[in-house]
Formats: sequence, C-alpha cells, structure tokens
Amino acid sequence: MTTSDFNAILPLIVLAGWASLMLLVDLWIPKTRKDITAALALLGLAVTLAVLLVIAATGPTPIVAFGGMIVLDGFTVFLNVLVLGTGGLAVLLALNYLKRVNIERGEFYTLLLFSIAGMMMMASAGDLIVVFLALETLSIPLYILSGFARPRLDSEESALKYFLLGAFASGFLVYGIALTYGATATTSLSQIAAAVAANGALAADPLLLAGAALILVGLGFKVAAVPFHMWAPDVYEGAPTIVTAFMSVGAKIGGFAALVRVFFIAFPALAAHWTPVVAAISALTMILGNVAAIAQSSIKRMLAYSSIAHAGYVLMAVVAGGAGTMAGFAASSAVFYLLGYAVMNLGAWAVVMAVEKDGAAAKVDDFAGLGATRIGMALAMTVFMLSLTGLPPTIGFIGKFYVFRAAIDSGYMWLAVVGVITSLISAFYYLRVVMVMWMQSGQGEAVTPLGLSTVVTLSALATFILGIVPGPLMAAAERALLALLAKA
Amino acid sequence: MVPTSYYIILSVVLFTIGVAGVLVRRNAIIIFMSVELMLNSANLAFVAFARSFQPASGAINSAAMAGQTFVFFVMAVAAAEVAVGLALIVAIFRTKHSIDVDEVHQLKG
Repeated sequence: MTTSDFNAILPLIVLAGWASLMLLVDLWIPKTRKDITAALALLGLAVTLAVLLVIAATGPTPIVAFGGMIVLDGFTVFLNVLVLGTGGLAVLLALNYLKRVNIERGEFYTLLLFSIAGMMMMASAGDLIVVFLALETLSIPLYILSGFARPRLDSEESALKYFLLGAFASGFLVYGIALTYGATATTSLSQIAAAVAANGALAADPLLLAGAALILVGLGFKVAAVPFHMWAPDVYEGAPTIVTAFMSVGAKIGGFAALVRVFFIAFPALAAHWTPVVAAISALTMILGNVAAIAQSSIKRMLAYSSIAHAGYVLMAVVAGGAGTMAGFAASSAVFYLLGYAVMNLGAWAVVMAVEKDGAAAKVDDFAGLGATRIGMALAMTVFMLSLTGLPPTIGFIGKFYVFRAAIDSGYMWLAVVGVITSLISAFYYLRVVMVMWMQSGQGEAVTPLGLSTVVTLSALATFILGIVPGPLMAAAERALLALLAKA
Repeated sequence: MVPTSYYIILSVVLFTIGVAGVLVRRNAIIIFMSVELMLNSANLAFVAFARSFQPASGAINSAAMAGQTFVFFVMAVAAAEVAVGLALIVAIFRTKHSIDVDEVHQLKG
C-alpha cells in the first residue's frame, strides 16, 4: 500500500473508524444524554469532510489506488461532499425527532455513519467488487434503521420488506457481475471497457449482455425504478420518518453513483443495447411514480411515489449519457439533479417530521391551516413543493431543465416530452399540499426544535438561491465529471 | 476435466430455483434461503469462470484471482446479511408470532 493508496481511502477510514469508536463510546453516554452521541456524529462527519477536502486540494487527482479498485476523482469528491452534507442534515433532524417518538438509541448515529461510509465508497468504486461491497455497506445499516422503531409493527414490517427485497436485488447484482466477469475475465470497470474495445465481438456477447442486464436490475431495485419499485412505498411509509428522509436521498445517490460508474465507464460500448432499455425504464418510472402519487392521502406514501418519479428523471440523464456524444453533460446533469433532489427532498421530509404527531403517519390533511399557524414552515414547504414540481425559480426547475436538455440533445425528444407531461401531472399532487396549507382552515400544528428549523431554513434557502444562480454549481459538477470521463 | 459450461448451466439452474423460491414461497426464512441460493449460484459461476481463466500449468493469474477473491467477498457479505436478516425475522416473530410474509401486510401497496 503506497501513500497515494492510503490517501484515497483515508476519508473512508476516518469515517468508519470514527463510527466504530462511537459504538464503544456510546456505552458510557447515559440514556438521557444521547445528544452527545449526535454531536460526536456531526463532528465525525465534519472531520471526514475536512480530510477529504484537504486530500482533494493538495494531492494530485485523480488518484487511482489499489490497482484500480478505488478511484478518487472529481466525481468522488463531489458526491462525497453531497453525501456527507446529507448525513449532517440527517443528524440535525434526528436530534429531536428520535426523542419525540421515543426511539432515542445511540446506535442510530453509528449506523447512519456506516451507511454514509458505504455511499462514499460507492462514489469511489473502480471495480465491481467495490460496487458490491459498497452497496451492501450502505444497505445493511439501512435495513436495521428501517426497523429502528421496533416493536412498532409497521417499522418492523418495513425493515423485513426492505431487507428481503434488498437481498433479492443483491442476488441479481452479484449474478450479473459473475456473468460479466465470465465474459471479460476481469471485474475492473476500466478493464471491462478495455476488453470490449479490444474484442469487438464481446459487445454482442450474450453472456456480457445478460450480465449488464442483471446489474441493471440489481441497481434498479436500489434506486426504486419501475418495475423494481414496489418495495419503496411500503418501506418509506413504515420506517421512522427520519430514516425515510435519509434513505430516500442517500440510497438514491449511492445507487446512481453506481449506475453512472458502471454504465458510463465499463459498458459504454454496449450503449446501443442498454440505452433503449434504460429509456423505457425511465419513462415508466416517471409515469407510474407520478400517477400513483396522486391517489395517496398519506404524505409519506405520496413522497415515496414522488421519489420513485424523481429516479425516472435522473435515469433520463443516464439515457442521454448512453446515447452518446454528450456523456459529460449528461452525467453532470444527473449529478446536479441528485444534488437538487437531496436539498429539496430533505427539506420536505423535515417539514413532514415537524407536522407529524408523535409517530403517527401524517396525512396531507394534517397540513390544513399550517399557513395561518406556522407561516415559516408553510412558506418553506411551499418552496419545496414548487421545487419538486419543477417550477422556476427553484433548483428543481434548473435540475429538470438540464436533464431535459441532455435528453433532447442526445436525440431522446420523446423521453423529454414524457418528462414534461409527467411534471405537469406531478403539479396536481404537490400543489394540493400547498393548497391545503394556505386555503383550508384547520389546526395545522408543527413542532420546530432548533435542529429541524435549521435544516428547513438551509434547504429552503439553498433550493431558492441555487435555483436563481445555478451556474457555479453546474460548473463544479461539470468539472467533477470531466475527470471521470476523460479517464474512461 | 468437466467443461466450464456444465458448471455454468448448474449455476443458472440454481439461480433460477433461488429466484422462483423468492417469488413463490411465503415463509420469510425460506425466502431468505432462496436469496442465499442465488448468491451461492453466483459463487459457483465465479469459481468456474476463474478455473477456466487459469493457464494449463495451474499457476494462478490475476484474471483467475479476481473471481476467486470475489467469492470471499460474497461469502463475507452474505454472513453479515444473515446476521441482520435473522435478527429482523426474530423481531417480527416476537411481535406477530408469524413470519408468513402474506400476514405481514399492515402497509398497503
């Protein structure tokens, strides 16, 4: 192991080591003072972020470590910062929420940190072994977290469903990797591409195509793309809301990091085969996610279907990348969309947590009258809902704009049209929440401790400001992706 | 020497049995066993392919090594999944006194 190998995984070592230590230290923290554990978790995330930024700023990038297993490039750094930020906001939200619903246990923060470590590993995967390992490292803590409110039956049920379907998906992923390995004699992403480039016949090899298809199924489950989405509404509804907020963002970032890495770096030569399939999945995901969301009265289920729909929009960018000439722009629009989604979605979930009455699932009707009683919360929720719909001037609009442009420029006009139509459909259920808040009278009440209001304020400001000046951020995303694709 | 394709056919059969098991069976433990079967069918494919990539001298090369290493990772991860999965199943059994997934339907899809 050389110094540069060590540098490439140092942020991961710091975070995983910190989480392990926290598991130990937590034993001596009294039950009533678990906010100390939360503070430690925040500190751990901050230290990891600092280490990551120092390495990215000082060292030569990209670092290719451990014989190509781990890659630390702009893409890694960008997504790692995003994941660490998401984790930080989740800790802030958890602080008071866990106490309120009576599930304040120190392990929560440790599991959260382990899951974040898995997501970070995913963003730096250069080999299918690491993709698999990272996927499990991020998923297994999430299975436990979904069941964290035990013995509440809906939480346990959500954990069991998530676990069984997650393990099922892993089976597909591993088998896909096995077939890919059988066809190309390697598991390294860049060497798979090299093997296909060296032997053109491989691009039509049924073994390799089956492998790529099974990997797509496995990752499709993780990002909840139709037709592999059926677990998402149940799991999102049953899991404690703080866990749902975190996994609807974090697991999606992890899954898409893997999709971009695997399909853009290892399988660009097969693009003619997988692009139409991903396009169909993307269209189905957008249509089904948005249409099913209309019928929901529970806000958690509604946001679950909405998160399925948003996976469809990100997939649109993946399609654009496969269709060719502008993989760079497509991938950066995907990353930008993920960032926007993280910000607006975390904010929306934070408001749901504020409105939720001690563990009982919130209905859309619970928001009635919020505009009169809690004007700040109602304003923030309005911003998030407008942004999720994709109306200007919010980050959701800019994200959709880039994704649609990527699809149109790569010749997938029909997909962009589906995207626009489904966005219009989505306005129906997102704006219903806004309408209920401002127009209906009711006893809308919200619990707003400091951590939660901080998150809501930050996300609302970010949704708004990044919607007006997205330029620098998009430039950063493009820089991040340049390194990724230059190497491929 | 048994041709590689025989192993791969067996592995496909095992994988299919695993998938069918997950879809058809209703007992959480048996679904879980079927998932393990899927993972292990992949392991079989890995070692079979790894053997076919080995040079005739029997020396190990990096292509063969990759597949054999992967098997260890899959086994380790599967063990971690078993620990969490069985814990979840025990937890739900304590609450519901049943692990039939059809009876676990408080959340409507």
